[in-house]
Amino acid sequence: MPSRDEIFEKVKETLVDALGLDDDEVTATSRLKADLGAESIDFLDIVFRLERNFGIRIPRNELFPESLFTADSGFAENGRVTEKGLAELRLRLPHADPATIDALASDPKVENVEDLFTVNMVVNFLASKLS
Amino acid sequence: MRWFWIDRFTEFKSGSHARAIKNVTLAEEHLHDHLPEFPVMPASLMLEGMAQTGGILLGERNQFAHVVILAKVPRMTFHSWAVPGDTLVYSAKLIEARDEGGMVEVQAHVGERLVADGEIVFAHVDEALGGGAKIDQKNFVFSILRSVMEIGKAGDGAAGSPPA
Repeated sequence: MPSRDEIFEKVKETLVDALGLDDDEVTATSRLKADLGAESIDFLDIVFRLERNFGIRIPRNELFPESLFTADSGFAENGRVTEKGLAELRLRLPHADPATIDALASDPKVENVEDLFTVNMVVNFLASKLS
Repeated sequence: MRWFWIDRFTEFKSGSHARAIKNVTLAEEHLHDHLPEFPVMPASLMLEGMAQTGGILLGERNQFAHVVILAKVPRMTFHSWAVPGDTLVYSAKLIEARDEGGMVEVQAHVGERLVADGEIVFAHVDEALGGGAKIDQKNFVFSILRSVMEIGKAGDGAAGSPPA
């Protein structure tokens, strides 16, 4: 099983290729959208590359769940994530960095949900997949 | 003008790879502006030809059950150019195919000369829409494009052969 550092290096390489970044732009706490400029379609490309680079299969919605909040889910109200929504996020994103979920809980704007998608989250996901 | 940027498939291995050709001719209007006194096939249209080759390869793998759209070009390098009289050969290799979309590696050659190479990511737009919205496939360029798979075939569907 690769070490966490080895996983991080490979994730970094993957993101550099998928997003056209420089090596030094990717840190463990970088947010994929806000810091690294990923757009929604890039998540598909990232999943393709992770599967090839790590030789694993990543089922749809496991790493980057789509449509977390449908209109009638009760997970968001008036542009803010509800307690129910936060609980759902903890359930659906067990690989998310706990600190980022706490940050979301203190400022639960729906647009902040995408800040959960960090490099660390991807590394956590792969570490549990590869163990 | 129809939005066909490949003329014919010369090889098609379902779920694996495909090769298509595009004959560049001065009859094409755009070559007279691109560029004045120096007609060369626009890189954007070569990219479209490679995307059509790879997009049909991906679509056919799923019996055209999905609407395939070009989503992203992570990498594309043009090394050379093509001029009227050249036959561009586009090769596509399917390296990912799943419910949400797929990815191909592509190359363009004129003879032995490498003109371009890169990667193209496709999304299944029906999946992207979450199944809630339906696209009229009849009006969609991708459906029309599928007819290029019949070029060169005899009326009974058998592989055609050129006149002796």
